[in-house]
Amino acid sequence: MNFFKRTPKVVPRVADSDIFNKETEGLSQSQIVRGRFIRHRGAMISVFVLLSIIIFVFSALGFKILGLGYGGWWKYNSIDMTPLRSEGCPGGLGGCPTLDLLPGKNFGLGDHPFGQDDIGRDYFALVMRGAQRSLLVMFVIGIVAGLIGTVIGAVSGYFRGWVDAVLMRFNDFIITIPTIIIGSVIGFHFGNKGVLFLAVFLGLFTWSGLARLVRGEFLTLREREFVDAARVAGASNRRIIFKHILPNAVGVIIVSITLIMSGAILLESALSYLGFGVVSPDVSLGLLISQYQDSFTTRPWLFWYPGLFIIVISLCVNFIGDGLRDAFDPRQRRRLSRKERSKNHDLTTVAKAGEIN
Amino acid sequence: MSTPVLKVTQFTVEFWVDGVWYPAAINMNFEVKAGQTLAIVGESGSGKSTVAMGVMSLLASNARTSGSIEVKGVEVLGAPAQLLQKYRGNEVAYIFQEPMTALNPVYTIGFQIIETLRNHFDMGPKEARLRAIELITLVEIPDPEKSIDKYPHQLSGGQRQRAMIAQALACDPALLIADEPTTALDVTVQAEILDLMRGLRTKLNSAILLITHDMGVVADMADEILVMQSGRMVEHGSADQIFNTPQDPYTQELLGSVPKLGSTPMRVIAPAAVEPTPVLKLDSVTIEYPKRGRIPAFVAVKDFSLEIFPGEIVGLVGESGSGKTTVGRAAIGLLPIKEGKLEVVGRDISGASQKELRQIRRNTGIVFQDPASSLNPRLPIGESIGEPLLLANIAKGKELDQMVEELLAKVELPRSYRNRYPHELSGGQRQRVGIARALALTPDILIADEPTSALDVSVQARFLDLLQELQEQLKFACLFISHDLAVVDILSHRIAVMQDGLLVETGTRDEILKSPKHPYTQRLLSAVPVPNPAEQKIRREARLASK
Repeated sequence: MNFFKRTPKVVPRVADSDIFNKETEGLSQSQIVRGRFIRHRGAMISVFVLLSIIIFVFSALGFKILGLGYGGWWKYNSIDMTPLRSEGCPGGLGGCPTLDLLPGKNFGLGDHPFGQDDIGRDYFALVMRGAQRSLLVMFVIGIVAGLIGTVIGAVSGYFRGWVDAVLMRFNDFIITIPTIIIGSVIGFHFGNKGVLFLAVFLGLFTWSGLARLVRGEFLTLREREFVDAARVAGASNRRIIFKHILPNAVGVIIVSITLIMSGAILLESALSYLGFGVVSPDVSLGLLISQYQDSFTTRPWLFWYPGLFIIVISLCVNFIGDGLRDAFDPRQRRRLSRKERSKNHDLTTVAKAGEIN
Repeated sequence: MSTPVLKVTQFTVEFWVDGVWYPAAINMNFEVKAGQTLAIVGESGSGKSTVAMGVMSLLASNARTSGSIEVKGVEVLGAPAQLLQKYRGNEVAYIFQEPMTALNPVYTIGFQIIETLRNHFDMGPKEARLRAIELITLVEIPDPEKSIDKYPHQLSGGQRQRAMIAQALACDPALLIADEPTTALDVTVQAEILDLMRGLRTKLNSAILLITHDMGVVADMADEILVMQSGRMVEHGSADQIFNTPQDPYTQELLGSVPKLGSTPMRVIAPAAVEPTPVLKLDSVTIEYPKRGRIPAFVAVKDFSLEIFPGEIVGLVGESGSGKTTVGRAAIGLLPIKEGKLEVVGRDISGASQKELRQIRRNTGIVFQDPASSLNPRLPIGESIGEPLLLANIAKGKELDQMVEELLAKVELPRSYRNRYPHELSGGQRQRVGIARALALTPDILIADEPTSALDVSVQARFLDLLQELQEQLKFACLFISHDLAVVDILSHRIAVMQDGLLVETGTRDEILKSPKHPYTQRLLSAVPVPNPAEQKIRREARLASK
């Protein structure tokens, strides 16, 4: 390779100080996306809230994974019954919440901050347990549906032809089955096998939308010239799919997985509410609401707290998904405020912005 | 002298980018009179489109303007939306670059012209239709009575651009802004559209503001020229003045880098080794896009024979749709061939399996047309360049990095660019990366598929220099596909001309350019605008006379 001897003559390019490179110089695409995500206030707050909820929920009651466990800092668990406490409750009902955020003599958590259920179990412990289950279901469905949807979408979008036809007809078939009915059947037959089993099974039926999106993305990306270039370079199909195309589709995948996850927590709640999801003695947020739906008028706190958790968690996940979508979309532009509009200009920084619109 | 149709004074546009105002056009001063054409020229990013959009008050929401724009003596900058709507179309009309995207595909062209007419005038549907037919006749679309009910996709590119012009002319605008009106068109079609616009200017006496980067088009159309660089007016003068005695160094450089037909001396090929075997041999090759559903099979290339010998650059020219890209892709096995025989370095590619293809591809390289799309945006360019080496098991790890850096140095990019991502590079730099990747395996033949059509002229000139230097060092054979005869003229030893999938003519460069035999080649050559107003006038008249 004797031809490599020439010394490079590096010509400084005007375009290097280009307006478009101002923000992006020396940054990889993922760094840009991260920067844009961090600037999205709603999403950042949601990330913070969701993380706090996860830590709070799992540390309160403790958890056990593969024999390793942690006991939790809350004094009750979700199974033990305690005598119903009725002092200070309105209308002589037992088990009202002792949480009091107004300054006064009762200020503080009290003995049962979220109250007790009708047989005297501590409701705070029950809600924590339910939230643990619901979060678990959410993540498992997200992972399972994400994996299946991505692979099926990628394969059918890349290979097209009969592979695509078969996979997409199968996808149509999955779409036509209402998830709530499939969930009911699974819950009815296998509900006693535990919440993890249920989550995996639900994941097997919620990937269809993602698969279609990924397929669409692959159909356009495979026509791009860098795919041909990779093929000329000698890359195998597998390498092209996973190394070249998939990283370019990751925006679509992440966004739609977060949306699947926020849907999953609602799906689990709906199923449990119908009595087909998580079954007693285990609890989930949906199950708690369903069990105490009759007591809405008399003991509304049995309704408030699990409902609050469902709303906050799914809102957070939705906001994060929103922030991610904005971060991955290069066309996003902020509107200008009046202050910025009147800011003094600086004619010394001559920019080339001809094609900016 | 009459009052100018458009008078722009101290016009400045700035864009808000991350907390700073970036000026895109600074202190523009110019005017256009009725029946006159002012051309704004400059490279991409020089702010010429920004000025045009500013005149139409169609800038993006993050822009701020100052100065004054007067149309027929009325100030339009900062005018209320109602007034603007009236003046757009009535006084000023805009012809866009890409007619396919600027026309609404779900409506007939007649509908779109009639809509414009009825928006601006108090007109009944029948009246408007008659006027629309009149307009379509004016822009010389064949069979206007029928064409009025056609949808944009039923028209050819040139006819679409004509329909766009008809729509723009609907309200007899005093000023016509044409933003790169012919960039998306083939040369022969371009020549026709330019003829049409010139005819309309004399017929309707409107002023034209022409925005283009093509100096040939400028020479053909412009009375006055305004040269822009980085948002500033560099030079302003009559066409003769700018072309013949350019004052500013930038204008001189710009004019100097425009490739001119027949200006480079013939390059001599080193005497071939004994018994030269062709590196690429196409023997009556037919390539077909197979039928899909109800769409019948389409024969893109028919009975095509061409041989390329070691160390030779063969230019393949033709208009869009002539099948030249198809030939290039088939030559590296990206497309299957239906009939005939295709040999790369003595090996038959026609019936090769995937595994054999991979072997053959080690001897070939390809540079793609669009530098934005041919590099994986998620891979650092070092990885893109190194991929062929890695996959061919030539080098790994440290050794690979070393070779990638050497390749970068070869295409005159700093070695440190290895870790950059494609979007951090300019178009010309990306195209260099494309070459580095194509040359990574030191191929015997390089396919260059319109590598310069997305580049500015000055960048194009440097790119072509680099390609020539590399070719002289490495002695690879090259199939250079282009629609631009002037570019092919600079590079090639031999030229092949294609039309509608058929090989029309082959010959040495001088044979094709100086004494073309086939009428299509002659037509193609005469349609190329020359960047010299006087010469272009002679050519234009000769072309019209021969019609």
